[in-house]
Amino acid sequence: MNDLSMHIIDIVQNSLSAGASRVCLTVDEDPGADRLTIVVADDGKGMTAEQVHRLADPFFTSRTTRRVGMGIPLLMQSARQSGGDVRISSEPGKGTEVTAEFGYSDIDRPPLGDVANALMLMVSANPDRDFLFTYRYAGREYAFDTADVREVFGNGALEDLTLIRNLEKMIKDNMCVVRDS
Amino acid sequence: MSKIKSLDELRQMKARLESEMDIREKSNNPEKLVQIRVAMATCGIAAGARAVMNSIIDRVEREKLPVIVTQGGCMGYCYAEPTIEVRRPGEDPVVFGHVDKDKAMEIIDKYVLHGELVDGVLPVNYQTIQEKI
Repeated sequence: MNDLSMHIIDIVQNSLSAGASRVCLTVDEDPGADRLTIVVADDGKGMTAEQVHRLADPFFTSRTTRRVGMGIPLLMQSARQSGGDVRISSEPGKGTEVTAEFGYSDIDRPPLGDVANALMLMVSANPDRDFLFTYRYAGREYAFDTADVREVFGNGALEDLTLIRNLEKMIKDNMCVVRDS
Repeated sequence: MSKIKSLDELRQMKARLESEMDIREKSNNPEKLVQIRVAMATCGIAAGARAVMNSIIDRVEREKLPVIVTQGGCMGYCYAEPTIEVRRPGEDPVVFGHVDKDKAMEIIDKYVLHGELVDGVLPVNYQTIQEKI
């Protein structure tokens, strides 16, 4: 995984596989506290305490196509090598929340990467699900909600790639505003 | 930044984009669309599936091709990632392995648009034992 936005695609893919209808992604850059935090929360089918416990084991997976699952272990490696960690809370039938913390200025923290692109790839591939993306930088905040897009453009609009590319640019611009203001 | 602002921004965007969007055409003819599914599990992402998906989306968007681009999980072909599955209307899906941007464009030019197979097809049997019974 070259950057954190790739981990985000990977972890959100887990939420989608768990049948989530709404995924909330939060990226919080806090240089003052020297922390970068990524949270993926979903309303999917959730996991038992036993399943959560075994997530750190790369040879545990709920999939049947192969016997290894590297997504969470790789995320843990990235987080821990930069002085952070991964926390997972989950409840069967309710959903799952994955929180990954990274040392912001740590030399071993992978760069954030293109989060807006990662998000919109997932939105365009799953136009029937909802995504809430919250971006914070030093306490300032920007939120993007696909429910708002449905309200303004109508229900099928997220299938339109011209709109997807324009939304991606809008999110990128707003992230820059939050970062630079 | 409040929610209101984002709604305003979206409304402005709607006014600007309305003529360019082709929502109705696509949702009216779902049976005529080619479905391209990019495998986006850990293995796929690490191998470069994201760049492939971006280049396919750019092409479909630019040329308004009758294609839906979705993403899938790992199908067990980690050795051949990035993989894409192409389902032409009324036909069995075909999975291509070791796809990069150039290969993706070749697959669109030949297989997606004209049904002409190109190198790189993975031997995939979609019928499981359960389905046969």
